Amino acid sequence: MKLNSKKTIIYVFFFSLFLVFLSPAPSRGLSDAFSGTVYEPKELKPVDSILKVSVGDRAPDFELPDLSGSTTSLAQYLGKNVVISFVPAAWTPICSDQWPGYNILKDFFEGYNAVLMGITVDNIPSLYAWTKQMGDLWFPVLSDFWPHGEVADSFGVLRSDGTSERAIFIIDGKGIIRYIDVHDINRRPPLETIVRELEKLK
Amino acid sequence: MKRSIVVLTSAILFLVATAASAGETTKAPEVGQEFPNISLPFPEARAHRDYLGLQRGNSFGLSQVKAEVVIVEILSMYCPFCQAEAPKVNELYAMIENDEKLRGKVKIIGIAAGNTALETDLFRKKYDVPFPLFADGDFVLHKAFGEVRTPYFIGARIVGDRAMVFHSRLGAFDDPASFLSLILEESGLQNAGGRPE
Repeated sequence: MKLNSKKTIIYVFFFSLFLVFLSPAPSRGLSDAFSGTVYEPKELKPVDSILKVSVGDRAPDFELPDLSGSTTSLAQYLGKNVVISFVPAAWTPICSDQWPGYNILKDFFEGYNAVLMGITVDNIPSLYAWTKQMGDLWFPVLSDFWPHGEVADSFGVLRSDGTSERAIFIIDGKGIIRYIDVHDINRRPPLETIVRELEKLK
Repeated sequence: MKRSIVVLTSAILFLVATAASAGETTKAPEVGQEFPNISLPFPEARAHRDYLGLQRGNSFGLSQVKAEVVIVEILSMYCPFCQAEAPKVNELYAMIENDEKLRGKVKIIGIAAGNTALETDLFRKKYDVPFPLFADGDFVLHKAFGEVRTPYFIGARIVGDRAMVFHSRLGAFDDPASFLSLILEESGLQNAGGRPE
């Protein structure tokens, strides 16, 4: 009897705890543009990879297929500052609300002689369908799908589950890495830090 | 013995239920309810302070706005629908300001959910937003609005020192003129026949 009562209490306790964790995830200010189409993961491990490059290093060159049906390489932008935005995956909450913001900032990036480059590990059809929800993007969107995450891995931002980190790399006109922010994957990097770093390259 | 089990299990259930309700998120503002009790920073721009009819201070509540009706848009620089909606909200603002029966009575503010000061400012500049926008970088205000998706429009009627919600809806409006008629009708500022009260 004594044992049974203890068991009952334990069961009730854990069952109640289980109920608490059933509460839905917050929307994080997500745009209605993605209503019902975005997958809501739980809070993820903030960073899950080890950087392979440092500030001052020459950025590893790459050439990847882009959404225009062509390819884009880092080398073709020599002479310009390049802001690379790695985002973890299409159809996820924070990413869906990151590039649309950059999409109204073309003049702003150009003011810093900078180009923006968006990279994910998704394949082209998936990237196409996802970015269609954002309107027409002015910057190249690159698919690091195959060999899977090779470019992300060359920078050291490929996570153990095959997605990439939410990371910003700023590379100057000579191809040298000048700023790295491997951001908490659950948060959107504030624009202030990108501005601060681009100011330094003026 | 049995009684002690009942007492203990109910105590645990009560504690867990309390913890659950403490973690529960606030609901979106409901029509007929009071507008969430939020505090907004005094706008830096003189023109915005004048528009809202604010005198001096560091912060203000919605009921302090000198107006009969305040339209609150919850938006984000990062939201494509809000970007597309921006020119229409500007048009709505112009319609109000160009109508001498409405100017001074109906005012608009925007709250930029999850946007830093710079992000909010870039949105304002990009779309030439004439009405005050407030940055909500850490989602504090957004939480008070039940973490709604964006864009989201709330209409509040100012009655004395209270702001009462008469409109609360997710999503962009199609046509500024019909949205304005809807706001005037729902707020009671103008009856359905189109004549001012």
